[in-house]
Amino acid sequence: MKPSLNMKTPLTHGVDISALGRKIGQDAPSRADICLAVQNLKLFYGDKLALKSIDLEIPRKRVTAFIGPSGCGKSTLLRCFNRMNDLIDSVTIEGTILLDGHSILHPAVNVADLRRRVGMVFQKPNPFPKSIYENVTYGLRIQGVNNRRLLDEIVERSLKRAALWDEVKDRLHDSAMGLSGGQQQRLVIARAIAIEPEVILLDEPASALDPISTLKIEELIYELKANYTIVIVTHNMQQAARVSDYTAFMYMGELIEFGPTDRLFTTPAKKQTEDYITGRYG
Amino acid sequence: MRISEWFRSGTPWVWLSASAVAANVFLVASLLVVLVWQGFGHFWPHPVLDVTLPAEGGRVIGEPSQSETVPVGRLRSLGLPVPEGRDMVERQLLKVGNRDLLGSDFRWLMADDLQGARYPSDLAVMERREWGNFYGFVRAVKQEGQVVAEGDAVAAAVAERLERALAIHEEIRHTEKDEIGAINYGLERLRLRGRRLELDKDADPAKREAIEAERKALQAEYAGLQQKLVDLYGQIRRDALLVEVSSGQQVEVPLQKIVRVYYPNAMGLSGKLAFYFGKLGEFVADEPREANTEGGIFPAIFGTVLMVFIMTLLVAPFGVIAAVYLREYAHQGALTQLIRIAVNNLAGVPSIVYGVFGLGFFVYFLGGHLDRIFFPEALPAPTFGTPGLIWASLTLAILTVPVVIVSTEEGLTRIPRMIREGSLALGATKWETLWRTVLPMSSPAIMTGLILAIARAAGEVAPLMLVGVVKLAPSLPLDGNAPFIHLERKFMHLGFHIYDVGFQSPNVEAARPLVYATALLLVLVILALNLVAITIRNRLRERFRAEES
Repeated sequence: MKPSLNMKTPLTHGVDISALGRKIGQDAPSRADICLAVQNLKLFYGDKLALKSIDLEIPRKRVTAFIGPSGCGKSTLLRCFNRMNDLIDSVTIEGTILLDGHSILHPAVNVADLRRRVGMVFQKPNPFPKSIYENVTYGLRIQGVNNRRLLDEIVERSLKRAALWDEVKDRLHDSAMGLSGGQQQRLVIARAIAIEPEVILLDEPASALDPISTLKIEELIYELKANYTIVIVTHNMQQAARVSDYTAFMYMGELIEFGPTDRLFTTPAKKQTEDYITGRYG
Repeated sequence: MRISEWFRSGTPWVWLSASAVAANVFLVASLLVVLVWQGFGHFWPHPVLDVTLPAEGGRVIGEPSQSETVPVGRLRSLGLPVPEGRDMVERQLLKVGNRDLLGSDFRWLMADDLQGARYPSDLAVMERREWGNFYGFVRAVKQEGQVVAEGDAVAAAVAERLERALAIHEEIRHTEKDEIGAINYGLERLRLRGRRLELDKDADPAKREAIEAERKALQAEYAGLQQKLVDLYGQIRRDALLVEVSSGQQVEVPLQKIVRVYYPNAMGLSGKLAFYFGKLGEFVADEPREANTEGGIFPAIFGTVLMVFIMTLLVAPFGVIAAVYLREYAHQGALTQLIRIAVNNLAGVPSIVYGVFGLGFFVYFLGGHLDRIFFPEALPAPTFGTPGLIWASLTLAILTVPVVIVSTEEGLTRIPRMIREGSLALGATKWETLWRTVLPMSSPAIMTGLILAIARAAGEVAPLMLVGVVKLAPSLPLDGNAPFIHLERKFMHLGFHIYDVGFQSPNVEAARPLVYATALLLVLVILALNLVAITIRNRLRERFRAEES
């Protein structure tokens, strides 16, 4: 169940897309169009098997959506890509995940470096109780960037890309807590892209937002895929259909079906997928 | 049925809790009222009466201070003459002063005997540096034994000459305490430097000569000051007052001993107010006199605040770092839980136990070793191996560290996981997340811990008696001699001052109002310290107000 990779995938081979992120290794030329490859991934919460042998290849500079009923493991899988599951003591992981052909689950991998390359936006907006400006520059300051001109430039560029610049440009130094929920979520996206990651993970980014803010986030995802590989978890199938190029359907910790969104939603290969997208269960 | 409904509605519990609050408010308010009334009433100028007692009682001049109604039997058993035909009789305590003449400051009189009391407006009260107040009529002013003013001219002459005497006294004090104090300090340092050379077996004659030269310079300066002092003492001894006391006898009171002369019976309201605030100012800003029963309590206020300040500087980083480890890094197992319980229980250990620990560990062990390593030249006289400011602060820091740990931990757990994950997802390490986001967001909780610590530390007395507080410290722990802050010095403290004035004073009756006044001041100092901390906390709260989630 691999996606057809010879469609219109632009070749990014040889283009350095991680200006600030430190490389874990060199690009693997032959697999340049596969950004993340998951091979036989198993994840345990204590004794409980939560992800059952997942195999998946996520194409570069495309939007990939994970859909499935609550508790199916889609968020857990997403959180493997930047090793957020490391924070939970009881989790053990087996198998391999390759980012640009290099394993990220190896204990020797610098997790902080990995997370600079794989950014994440959470379900609820989680800006820091600091100014808008400080929120956007947070990741850069951690990397030791203190050049005021450079920071100003990146703040403006990131906020523009996150379609927030016009709304906040006059109050960059006000607290981010004063923004609305939708604005906060776009600020968090701006914060994530300020450090120029290769991949952006979105964990139900619009589920806590009103319909208009949701629309804005979706438009933003459409814009962002020109530059970033995007993986989005959503329980909203319309949203998956609207924003994604590829869709993975998961159920009970298993990857049931993965393919181009158009095909998966029109002619699902599996009965379970069809039942789910037609609303028969889930 | 009605009653049970009334119970179910919760109304009785609302009333119960409201009355509990009301009782608390009442208790706090009455505490403050008692302190203010008993303490700060003391500074108000009371009228002084002059009464000739019936029979062979003689004449009494004094200041009414309190009255009581007692059963006749009790007086009879004391051997006092009592009026016939009554069960209860009122008697009045008079402060008669003139301790050097009369032997005691106070005297009980029957209220009946005070019927014919007069309040002459020329009756003067003289506050002296020693021997308490002096009451009487100033009849003349003498200069070098010669009368220079009499009759109506006396009041003006007294005021003018008293001002001169006070100015000279201030200069003497400055010369003795500051200038000669600095020279003594310098000489002591030179002595230690010399001793150090001896101990190091450094026979370099140049160094010795340098010390000797400095010593000569200081001694020359000292001789000059000594001469100046002799002159000043000569000048201040010039004037004296001739005062008629209750017995009719005229007594000479040297003006150099007098702090203040006033005529309470002649004072109007504005005069009394000015006098009141003058006394209050003296109480807050001056040094104590006469075994702490007169004058001010400034060194005690200063000592309390400085000690609390140093304690805060010590306890804040220590407690926060410990809490961060316990909450963020330690494996949350049985051992961590055990340590946490132990820390919480430390808060319940009686404070005197900390005092004993501070004396044994900090003063004798740590201080003793510090002396042997860094200050061998001063031995056998201890430098740090004796109770002092730093040890008192450290002891109180140990005493209050559990509170800081507990509230910091509380604050750390309350930071939403989303915020931590947000920071980690941007490539921050755990330490960077803590330092840049979690700790700043916990700062209001840390401040809450510090507020509790300050409140506890400022009110603590028992352990301090063992590790550095004294009833009278010759100098403040902060002065003009390098290195300016002297952490090894003993200091005064408001809490201990209350104990000392109230229970160790030679003149308990006279000192009692000061106990209340000092207690009120202690409450005010703690209140002020807390207000500062609370203001800071509220600012921080406003700044790091994260969305409730």
